[in-house]
Amino acid sequence: MTALSLRGLNKSFGTVDVIKDVNLDVEQGEFTVFVGPSGCGKSTLLRLIAGLEDATSGEVYIDDNLMNMTPPAKRGIAMVFQSYALYPHLTVRGNMTLALKQEGLARKVIDERVDEAARMLDLASYLDRRPAALSGGQRQRVAIGRAVVRQPKLFLFDEPLSNLDAALRMNTRLEISTLHRSLQATIIYVTHDQTEAMTLADKIVVLRDGRVEQIGTPLELYNHPANQFVAGFLGSPAMNFFPAAQLGSEHGTIAGIRPEHLRVDPDGPLQGKVIHVEKLGGDTNIVVNLSDGPNITVRLFGQHAHAANDDIKIGFDRSHMLVFDAAGNTITSAA
Amino acid sequence: MHKARQNPLHVAAAHGALILYCVIALFPVFVIIINSFKDRRSIFREPLSLPNAESFSLIGYQTVLEQGDFFLYFQNSMIVTVASLFFILLFGAMAAFALAEYRFPGNTIMGLYLALGIMIPIRIGTVAILEMMVATGLVNTLWALILVYTAQGLPLAVFILSEFMRQVSDDLKNAGRVDGLSEYRIFFSLVLPLVKPAMATVAVFNMIPIWNDLWFPLILAPSEATKTLTLGSQVFIGQFVTDWNAVLSALSLAILPVMALYVIFSRQLIRGITSGAVK
Repeated sequence: MTALSLRGLNKSFGTVDVIKDVNLDVEQGEFTVFVGPSGCGKSTLLRLIAGLEDATSGEVYIDDNLMNMTPPAKRGIAMVFQSYALYPHLTVRGNMTLALKQEGLARKVIDERVDEAARMLDLASYLDRRPAALSGGQRQRVAIGRAVVRQPKLFLFDEPLSNLDAALRMNTRLEISTLHRSLQATIIYVTHDQTEAMTLADKIVVLRDGRVEQIGTPLELYNHPANQFVAGFLGSPAMNFFPAAQLGSEHGTIAGIRPEHLRVDPDGPLQGKVIHVEKLGGDTNIVVNLSDGPNITVRLFGQHAHAANDDIKIGFDRSHMLVFDAAGNTITSAA
Repeated sequence: MHKARQNPLHVAAAHGALILYCVIALFPVFVIIINSFKDRRSIFREPLSLPNAESFSLIGYQTVLEQGDFFLYFQNSMIVTVASLFFILLFGAMAAFALAEYRFPGNTIMGLYLALGIMIPIRIGTVAILEMMVATGLVNTLWALILVYTAQGLPLAVFILSEFMRQVSDDLKNAGRVDGLSEYRIFFSLVLPLVKPAMATVAVFNMIPIWNDLWFPLILAPSEATKTLTLGSQVFIGQFVTDWNAVLSALSLAILPVMALYVIFSRQLIRGITSGAVK
């Protein structure tokens, strides 16, 4: 069964087209991540699915039912917001039970679900506190708990981690991923952070300017990006781009190589000067200013003794090179 | 405040300015209150001296309580003020929510139209209002005053509240929608509590002019049964003789309820004025 289908979805605000002809299928139990730079329409797309915005044209199906005219509360969804959006006047328990009371569930069922969610998210000792008395991480867990108790067909996460600090982000990411496995839940997750997308997703949808650029598993997108935008957006440090001729490619206009596919090589064809070295311990990133071209990043594993202003020669393996045509699309025959 | 950033001279100057302002603002009130406890001759001979054993007199309060039905006037003023504030806040907040929250054609025009009332004094329309009240049979009822004051207060209320409502997080309202709350519940239980400071500000700004108004009570509801306190006090001001003891006593008494209402709103008011400045 298809948990979510979007068919020819469009959304305009006045004369501005924010979502342009989006088609997408999400299978039951799939973790789908919408990723793209800010302003690409990913949050609007999520709000269209939630029913918080009306589509200008096109259809939204949840569990194969047309949902265009269904109000958000009746769509079988639950949403987690970036700013947590907890009800400030209710306790944690009140926050988690409000929607269930609205649905008219029996008191016993509500209590069972809240206890289960509280146990799962480690919230049992906070149930009687108000949101103001909780830390950021706890608030986000309550927001997730509020979604979990509803047992929705579809979880919608709108950049849930961007207000958390780095360590907490890592933990919560793990929690969300565990949650996904233990609930077998279908999740739509919006983020601008490609690391979150790569680590969490079963399926990534890359968006730019309201259009779907590519859909696929994280590694598909990483290894076989459809175009230069996807290639540059996924991966950190980002892919290096050169004029194709500089790398000796007879096809295309732009060539790209990921930082980890470059190596320091005394006989390498590229030569330049080191302008910055990032020593991360596990990896070393070297930013090199090529003598006849752009700045590129080389990612080396382990620790290396390069320093700024060193002269350096770089080699690469042509099998890892991607070539793009003038419009930015990948030329598949380029290997 | 940090000690290191405190310059004693600046602190003294700031306090000096504030104290001066307080004295200027409170002086008339102070004069009214001390003179209300003096006999007539002392009011004119030494208006600024405190009442002493010789000049102390409660004759003013006696007159006020004996002549006319002052408790009824009090009650009328109270009913008119509280009811008007209630309607201003309720309808003002509802209109502000609609303007701030929903996109519909004419939203901006509607907002400007509602704000227009701030610039046009309602008294210009007195004759038309009187005609309307006569036609609807509302003359000499408290409803006439309540309706007029509500109309008078709404523009500013809508203007201030819609600005504050725009700041209420969209996520919170959307969370309510996803959880199945009706728009009314989102408005009453999520949005209103968050704009309480703004509501208190609007309440105080509207309360004092309504309480002190003489114009509309005189024109729309001058009957004995519907007199407000301000209008009731006028019986002591004659064309030839004015009973100053009674006027001053009536005014002193009239301050009390406003003060009580102000104290109720003031904690919220201060938060409203300083919101954004702190945090």
